Amino acid sequence: MYAPVSPQLVIDSLTLHFGGVTALTGVHLEVNAGEITAVIGPNGAGKTSLLNCISGLYRPNAGRLFFEEQEITNTVPHRRAELGIGRTFQNIELFKHLTVLENLMLGRHIHMKTGLLSGGLFWGPARREEELHRRRVEEIIDFLEIESIRHKAVGTLAYGLQKRVELGRALALEPRLLLLDEPMAGMNLEEKEDMARFILDVAEEWGTTLILIEHDMGVVMDISDRVAVLDFGRKIAEGTPEEVQQNPLVIRAYLGKQ
Amino acid sequence: MTFFLQIIITGLVVGAVYALVAFGFVLIYKSSDVINFAQGEFLLVGAYVALSLVVFYQVPFLAAVALTLTMCVLLGVVVERLVLRPFIGERVISVIMATLGLSLLMRGIIQMIWGTETRVYPAIFPDAPVRLGEVVVSQVYLWSLGVALVLLAVFTVFFKYSSTGIVMRAAADDQAAAQSMGISVKRIIAITWAIAAVVAAIGGVLLGNINGVNPSLAYIGLMVLPVVILGGLDSVPGAIVGGFTIGLLESLAGGYLDPLFGGGVKEVVPFVVLLVVLMVRPYGLFGKEIIERV
Repeated sequence: MYAPVSPQLVIDSLTLHFGGVTALTGVHLEVNAGEITAVIGPNGAGKTSLLNCISGLYRPNAGRLFFEEQEITNTVPHRRAELGIGRTFQNIELFKHLTVLENLMLGRHIHMKTGLLSGGLFWGPARREEELHRRRVEEIIDFLEIESIRHKAVGTLAYGLQKRVELGRALALEPRLLLLDEPMAGMNLEEKEDMARFILDVAEEWGTTLILIEHDMGVVMDISDRVAVLDFGRKIAEGTPEEVQQNPLVIRAYLGKQ
Repeated sequence: MTFFLQIIITGLVVGAVYALVAFGFVLIYKSSDVINFAQGEFLLVGAYVALSLVVFYQVPFLAAVALTLTMCVLLGVVVERLVLRPFIGERVISVIMATLGLSLLMRGIIQMIWGTETRVYPAIFPDAPVRLGEVVVSQVYLWSLGVALVLLAVFTVFFKYSSTGIVMRAAADDQAAAQSMGISVKRIIAITWAIAAVVAAIGGVLLGNINGVNPSLAYIGLMVLPVVILGGLDSVPGAIVGGFTIGLLESLAGGYLDPLFGGGVKEVVPFVVLLVVLMVRPYGLFGKEIIERV
């Protein structure tokens, strides 16, 4: 188990451009193990870009990233998943043609040890391993209360359920750091409450560190330990939810100049 | 009636080979959106390498096939690494030109090594024809059909149920999500190319045993286009159904229409089908209708 002597994730003066557009400018952020950090900010502030830099989909132009004291700035995305960084996406990115169970089993990919051939032929050790992973996946299915839909193709499910399945797939990875990109976007109040409860349970029962992007300020203030605010690619504030709410820069970023 | 059945059997055999080659083509398209114009050249390489091993090096047939397929795995991986990977993120037309260039390059090299005359395999399968009721079929046809059917079944099951198959489908479905699951998409695409080269090579060996090998066999690479357009570019079952359909239509046209028109219909029919499908159902029989959200 990782001993939290220093921050679990260190984002050091990260800068990212797309051609002439600057998405992130010198963003610095430290995240402690076991905490829930919310990243907020107006549309286009660079929140998803920041998450994509952490999960490796974007390579920053400058700055460095450390996960559990190991530099991951140039680590490829699938390797970061192996290191223990999981994520969900803003616009659900599930494997639509596969079932809920298959999607979750894919979350176990990094834990599967049998090779291409035995995995292909489904022999001896591969079979026993599959059963073990299947048990873990069933635990997640119970936890998220999606038992009844486990054999359904994901593409046929309602939006709120797809969001939940995507969380489940990321959990199947057993990440130590989980990145959630707008986990409650487009949900009704009841669905949001369920999702907030799942997120809190993940942090509490599994000890997972969470970074989430969310627009619903009520939810953000309720569940986060810390909040970081981005505006035009710069971090303009960071602190506890109460501190951030009082911050004049934040108020100005959200309400415009008075 | 006998004539009709003969034609049907020929059509099924040719169709099975089309299905194999098209299967590789569809795999590549599904996993990386690449249209591979060099699929016919993979077939040619397989046919020639196996032939050389058997004829010049006196390797027993099955061992020769195993060696050929191993070599084709390497060929597929190397081609992906050297030719396709530099084009990741480039426009579709650039990638198409790259595979087209690859096909010309491979054909050139093949002709440099093996020349252009037709070479024949020594008789591998027993010569004695088999009687199926009134129809007389040579054994090589039945063997080819059997091998192709078994392979298609094995691959279908592999993709549906094996964990590697499911990982491949996942990577084809959504690359970003696959990466976030710790799946190396590059590795999956390399595997895809290896499988595509292998199935094409098997098609080449089967056809080579029936008709001999010469560079014009690479035309099968073109025949794959009507097959996959009919079946749906991104559908594995579509490639199989499309392969048999085109094979049968071609054979029927060759048997019944060619004598009436003095030949040539057989070669044209698949492309007539291609045009009709493009007009009526451009995404093919089983392909997904793509709705672009703007």
